[in-house]
Amino acid sequence: MVKLEVDDLHKRYGAHEVLKGVSLKADAGDVISVIGSSGSGKSTLLRCINLLEQPNAGRIVLDGEELRLVPAKDGTLRAADRKQLQRIRSRLAMVFQHFNLWSHMTALENVIEVPVHVLGVPKKEAIERAEHYLAKVGVAHRKNAYPSHMSGGEQQRVAIARALAVEPEVMLFDEPTSALDPELVGEVLKVMRDLAQEGRTMIVVTHEMGFAREVSTHVMFLHQGLVEEEGNPREVLARPRSERLQQFLSGNLK
Amino acid sequence: MILDFSVIWENFPQFLHGVRVTLQLLFVSLAVGFVWAVPLALMRVSGSPWLNLPAWFYTYVIRGTPMLVQLFLLYYGVAQFEAVRASLLWPWLSDATFCACLAFAINTSGYTAEIIAGCLKTTPPGEIEAARAAGMSRLQMYRRILLPSALRRALPQYSNEVVMMLHATSMASLVTLADITGVARTISAQYFLPFEAYLTAGAFYLVLTFLLLQLFKAAERRWLAHLRPQRR
Repeated sequence: MVKLEVDDLHKRYGAHEVLKGVSLKADAGDVISVIGSSGSGKSTLLRCINLLEQPNAGRIVLDGEELRLVPAKDGTLRAADRKQLQRIRSRLAMVFQHFNLWSHMTALENVIEVPVHVLGVPKKEAIERAEHYLAKVGVAHRKNAYPSHMSGGEQQRVAIARALAVEPEVMLFDEPTSALDPELVGEVLKVMRDLAQEGRTMIVVTHEMGFAREVSTHVMFLHQGLVEEEGNPREVLARPRSERLQQFLSGNLK
Repeated sequence: MILDFSVIWENFPQFLHGVRVTLQLLFVSLAVGFVWAVPLALMRVSGSPWLNLPAWFYTYVIRGTPMLVQLFLLYYGVAQFEAVRASLLWPWLSDATFCACLAFAINTSGYTAEIIAGCLKTTPPGEIEAARAAGMSRLQMYRRILLPSALRRALPQYSNEVVMMLHATSMASLVTLADITGVARTISAQYFLPFEAYLTAGAFYLVLTFLLLQLFKAAERRWLAHLRPQRR
């Protein structure tokens, strides 16, 4: 069953074309790793999926429902219907490089915020659900702490719990370990590995080649706004065909 | 120099009444000013010039003119017009307490709006992005993320504004009101003891300032806990 389909996505900043037609298809349970050097367009691709950035062309379909887009004056596409965009966004949870937790709320308040105020889940139920997910990512003991009082690894795990609490169709991870101290990367990757094993559908922009190789079901290598090579990670990463990917991996393999 | 505080002591109840008048002026003008400041601040951070410019002009004029001029304009100036004296608003506009509260409220709303607007503008962009990505509407974003976060961060600056307003209410004595300063003026004139009278007034303001600051300290402990460094 196809969960998310992105079709021929283009994104331009002025004259610079960041995405030159990228397509992606995620079936239920797929974990797609998007790799590439900085400036390859991988984060832009992810941010176009939930319209944090407006693409110039392309189609986005979640669970069979196409996001209706209309051209704006500046040539980018905007959501035709705000309500539909908000609904689709609430089913696509995003985890950010810099966590982006709401700083004036405790961990628990961060996790119940969207279920209660966007999805209309009763507060008591949302709290139970939040405690379950906080425990799952191993930060239940920090539920009353504010983000600034937590380590980066703890903050990112709370952010993952916040994403899980909306019970999303697809989870989008934007370099979730890039802002973490090296010794904290492992705890976040472990949580993501567990989620993958549960069969959650995930799109992960990452620099972690180990994760891409061992956890993901599909890997996409982006280069200058195009998919240069993609396929089964064990094959693609072990025997890259394109010269670009060979270069990228030789600079990246640890 | 011999100071004679016996007169002050005899007139102590009058000073206490003055404290009541001062606090009434302060809290009414702060409450009205704050309620007015929030929409103004939202206009000030709006991208639309139709919303932004009028709010900018309002805060510029309010902050660009002395409060005493604003008060005199409202209390003495407006009464000059026959139409005003004939209007339904006249019972209010001829009342010194009403004019003082209105002038102070308008004044503090200008400053408060700029404080809140400044804090709204410094909301971490990542937090706004997370709210958008979660599917919040614009209204939800302001109600749940932007305003709660900004109002908390505005507390330290706002406590300054409140203390300044406390002191500014002393201008009410110039439109006949018997606030702390007004009482001091009367006593000073009656007994010709300006030093004792104004020293007493000063002491009252000091105590009130101290109490207000304690109040804000408690509020910051409660609402700014997330910005306090934490001992582990």
